[in-house]
Amino acid sequence: MRALYAFIAGGLFGSGLFVSGMTDTLKVQGWLDVFGDWDPTLAFVMGGAIIPMAIAWALVSRRRAPLAGGAFPNRPDPQVGRELIIGSSLFGAGWGLAGLCPGPAIASLSYGGAAHWVFVAAMLAGMIVAPRLRSELDRRVARD
Amino acid sequence: MEQDWIWGLIGGLLIGTGGAVYLLANGRIMGASGILGGLVDGSERHHWRERAAFLVGVLLLPVLLYPLYGTVDTHITQNWTVIIVAGVLVGVGTRFANGCTSGHGVCGISRLSLRGIVSTVFYILAGGLTVAVFRHLLEWI
Repeated sequence: MRALYAFIAGGLFGSGLFVSGMTDTLKVQGWLDVFGDWDPTLAFVMGGAIIPMAIAWALVSRRRAPLAGGAFPNRPDPQVGRELIIGSSLFGAGWGLAGLCPGPAIASLSYGGAAHWVFVAAMLAGMIVAPRLRSELDRRVARD
Repeated sequence: MEQDWIWGLIGGLLIGTGGAVYLLANGRIMGASGILGGLVDGSERHHWRERAAFLVGVLLLPVLLYPLYGTVDTHITQNWTVIIVAGVLVGVGTRFANGCTSGHGVCGISRLSLRGIVSTVFYILAGGLTVAVFRHLLEWI
């Protein structure tokens, strides 16, 4: 059942990314481009997504456990660390450069052409080396 | 197009509903980078089946919807250096930050998580700055 629910969630996510136009890299870059011809679409996507999600969080506090068993996620860690800031900034730079973030990159694989496969391959490579870079960064900071 | 914002809103509601299903049914936070990253770096092998099922859904639904649209242009740059550098930055950055637009943005902001909000502010600032520099100053993208 868990896999079926996950498939449904992924399907909703993928359809949403597709119909909202978020796999169009120009729309994403257009939203980030405050000095150019600004495109507001992404704000509507974000706003629209936050509504059902906020309702879901409200429901979580009233339910004991998820439908498929297990436990709900813990309260969010309030700690804002160095890695959150560095990571978010690196991610944002890549997002602006190509106009793609992880969700839309996967959703557009079937129709985006070779460039999208190259992007996803590079992204996966980055994800694989990230833990090693992270411990290297920790080591250097600890030494200083 | 004038209807872009309506489709944006509809798409957003679908995305949020996906996140709600993942949370209420499986008890997990719908973050694309976490779901993908946990699979490829081997850190979360125990949930691989639901992660894979989620990703199949993300990939498959656009395939089914595509015929209704006829053609969809993603307008991605054909500059391979830019694509590769951007991909690596997104991969490393999202794993350092432990989330991306879906995990920190959609799921984090909707529960007023401080980390989600701070992360979103930083990736939007960095993205805006990158577009300003590379599009308007250097004219590379």
